[in-house]
Amino acid sequence: MSDKLLEVQDLKTYFTITKGVVKAVDGVSFYVNKGESIGLVGESGCGKTTTALSVTKLLPNEGYIDSGKIIFDGKDITNLGDKELSNFRWKEVSMIFQGAMNALNPVKRVCDQIVEAILLHEDVTKKEAMERVKELFELVELDTNLMFSFPHEFSGGMRQRAIIAMALACNPKLIIGDEPTTALDVMVQAQILDLINDLRKKLHMSMIMITHDLSIITETCDRIAVMYAGKIVEMGNTQEVVENCFHPYTEKLINAFPNIYQERKMVDSIPGDPPDLYNPPKGCRFAPRCHKKIGDICDSVEPTLIDYSGKEHFVACHLRRNS
Amino acid sequence: MSENIVELSNLEVNFKIRQGFVNEYIKRDKKTVRAVDKINLNIGRGEIVSLVGESGSGKTTTGRAILQLTPTTCGDILFDGQEIKTKDKQYMKKFRERAQMIFQDPYQSLNPRFTVFEIVTEPLILTNKKASIAEKEMLAIEALEFAGLKPAIEYLYRYPHELSGGQRQRVSIATCFIMAPEFIVADEPVSMLDASVRADILKLFVNMKEQKGTSFLFITHDLALAWLISNRIAIMYLGKIMECGPADIIAGGCMHPYSQALTSVLAMVGEKRKTERIVLKDETPSPLFIPSGCRFHPRCPVARPECKEKEPEYREISPGHFIHCHYPQKII
Amino acid sequence: MEMTDNLKKLKDREKELKRQKLKNNLKLFFSNKRAVFGVVILAFFIFMAVIGPLLYDYDHFLYFLGPRVGFPTEEYKLGFDELGRDVLGAVIYGTRASLAIGIFVTLIIVFVGATFGIAAGYFGGLFDIVIMRITEAFSIIPTIPLILTLSAIIGQNFSNIILILGLTGWPSTARLVRSQTLSIKQRNYVERAKAIGAGDIYIMMKHILPNVFPLIFSNIILLVQNAIITESTLAFLGVGDPTIPTWGQLLRSAREQGAISTGSWWLFIPAGICLVLLASSFVFIGYGFDEINNPKLRRR
Repeated sequence: MSDKLLEVQDLKTYFTITKGVVKAVDGVSFYVNKGESIGLVGESGCGKTTTALSVTKLLPNEGYIDSGKIIFDGKDITNLGDKELSNFRWKEVSMIFQGAMNALNPVKRVCDQIVEAILLHEDVTKKEAMERVKELFELVELDTNLMFSFPHEFSGGMRQRAIIAMALACNPKLIIGDEPTTALDVMVQAQILDLINDLRKKLHMSMIMITHDLSIITETCDRIAVMYAGKIVEMGNTQEVVENCFHPYTEKLINAFPNIYQERKMVDSIPGDPPDLYNPPKGCRFAPRCHKKIGDICDSVEPTLIDYSGKEHFVACHLRRNS
Repeated sequence: MSENIVELSNLEVNFKIRQGFVNEYIKRDKKTVRAVDKINLNIGRGEIVSLVGESGSGKTTTGRAILQLTPTTCGDILFDGQEIKTKDKQYMKKFRERAQMIFQDPYQSLNPRFTVFEIVTEPLILTNKKASIAEKEMLAIEALEFAGLKPAIEYLYRYPHELSGGQRQRVSIATCFIMAPEFIVADEPVSMLDASVRADILKLFVNMKEQKGTSFLFITHDLALAWLISNRIAIMYLGKIMECGPADIIAGGCMHPYSQALTSVLAMVGEKRKTERIVLKDETPSPLFIPSGCRFHPRCPVARPECKEKEPEYREISPGHFIHCHYPQKII
Repeated sequence: MEMTDNLKKLKDREKELKRQKLKNNLKLFFSNKRAVFGVVILAFFIFMAVIGPLLYDYDHFLYFLGPRVGFPTEEYKLGFDELGRDVLGAVIYGTRASLAIGIFVTLIIVFVGATFGIAAGYFGGLFDIVIMRITEAFSIIPTIPLILTLSAIIGQNFSNIILILGLTGWPSTARLVRSQTLSIKQRNYVERAKAIGAGDIYIMMKHILPNVFPLIFSNIILLVQNAIITESTLAFLGVGDPTIPTWGQLLRSAREQGAISTGSWWLFIPAGICLVLLASSFVFIGYGFDEINNPKLRRR
């Protein structure tokens, strides 16, 4: 019995636009073990949200999975039909979207919205669903007396907790959080991250955390996958990757975050812009901006993700190949 | 020429809340939001002062009040040692040349129908600087190159929607630079940009400070970024400055419980925490219901009975280090 | 100087890009079959209004050219109305009235509505309150009775009709423009303009108006169509300038002469078809603009 809850193999998700095809995710492979959390980190346009949407099958109309496999709990879900999908979504995998605080319907009570989510997926009575909502509120540390409030009566942090409660409603095995703390205050962010960590331990949930903020990942994730221009450039145990990063992009990204315990010097920045995914460059996609480019090979040959150290630390870089 | 470009004393900015007809006219129950509640702050020439706080702290309102984009209720704002004469049109015109603002949202701060050239040279038109198109182009190119958009010629006639977020912020900065202001309020200028572009924008601020002696009020929620470029940091909470001092002291040796909580939750990448995290309970209360006494007392881990009764004074505990607390102490 | 050469090249390039964009938009517009249909029909009517009178003579005061409500003959293809006037001539010349109404009424509505809308949205306060109450008053009072009353007071000649239709039509546009202004006023670039020292007029003209314009433009199609139909309705009800031939008048004659029961089709069918076609042409043209403005509608 494999330990892997989710396995994504060579996923390619493309979008059709008027002038052609945008290769948003171009050959991404990773896995999530049971009870483990992995962070997908990268900057805007790198494909991390698209990857998550591909797994939950929530791609917009222009998006489609071109090739690759998604295996969840041993089952191939790449081409699930609509009926099976409704059993799959929210019960096995649920998602916390970006800007989730605004995902609550302002004219419905919070409890009603969560009840709605439950009734859509479970065969229970409304009363049982309400009981479940009460449990969930306690789980996310919200006062159960506030169950019958409207979303605008909640503060930002409380709304986020309500959204998390909704995501947990059907006891999913995997929860995907797409920038769940971006719009929150620093202190509330710390509270929510603590909550997420506690919940994961209590419920033995797996988690994919998507964010551009590396510091969140180091707080909550066991493993990390760094994405750039639709591909994963480095992946491995969070501690290992951060302390011994291989890929030049990872190195720059880590150094872009200030550290107040170190000497006060300006952080790193990366010149230039990410490549156009409509017409991606041949060879390594980071090559045009790479400060450690070794030569023509970087521009012509695409590096593959390889585990050099044997410690499950994967890198896609020609530099490492030579050392 | 005064030593400080901006001096705030007992600055108050209140907003009235619109209530129903009955409440407002019959019950006369006027609720006000004390967004900025008597703060004192000095910004010296060629100095970068950061205003750090969470939402509802009043930092953005402070910045806008200094630039007279929001009316002040009470208190004084001295610009270059003089009161800002809002009624004097000539004075205000000059004032607007010397004090400017950079906004947070790169996608909303540029008019989508203007070309970059028109955006950057708009200040020149408004201050009636008689310049021919060629002269304006030269100035625009100089400003864009300073802001890092090279070759500037390529960008001159583009539209905002053709530029990335980072590039748009640079256009905003170029618009400021062209007037060579003495004072700039930068309201969360990098929070909507990717981490890898932030450093470039921040470097521009430091360059402007060093080359032109521009002073900055850098408004942010990110204490670590503030520490990187500021001379001094002021931490705001619910409309008051809780602590203010040199950047290194605030980052490393702050004495106010709130400041310490903020510094302790700063997530470090790849670094083991040197201290325990102080995660405060609950959230910042609404500015409509500011707690009695010291407004931080409901969430303060070391609050004492006195803190609920009496509001502390804003005093100097060591040279240049001010604090608004009855019992400043190191918690961890 | 090398730099000015480069700049010139760039300016030219930008102009070229603008031209390209215009060409693209035209291509998009005409790719929609309905839009093409609309343009063709409108062009036909414009032709009829401009060239028609040059090719065909008609005198609105030449009564009893033929029998009252007379059948079509070889020479007068669409017969005669109740005063013996040539119906074909009336139809051709009536195009001018409809198009003129469409253009001028819309101009008044847009000019007045946009000005008040932007001013109300931008300045707020008492001015806004007054304008809003006016717009509300106009939306409560039924339009046609109001117009009938006004025309009884002011008079029914053609320019007065245009004036009345314009003055009763601007409030809804003003409302639309005002809400858009309110949203644009919040944008940072307006604040920045203030922070640089821009005056109110400058901001309204250079920042708010260009960004409100697309909204006004898409509203114009509806306004023109509405004006044309309203004028015909008025003529049908007996209000209007009797000295100018309009399609509405023909329809009125048709009703008064009981044309449907007597089978005098030439009184109502030509005028009716023209009216419907002209009004619809604007709707179809609107589809064309939708193609340009709404990229999500584009077929993949």
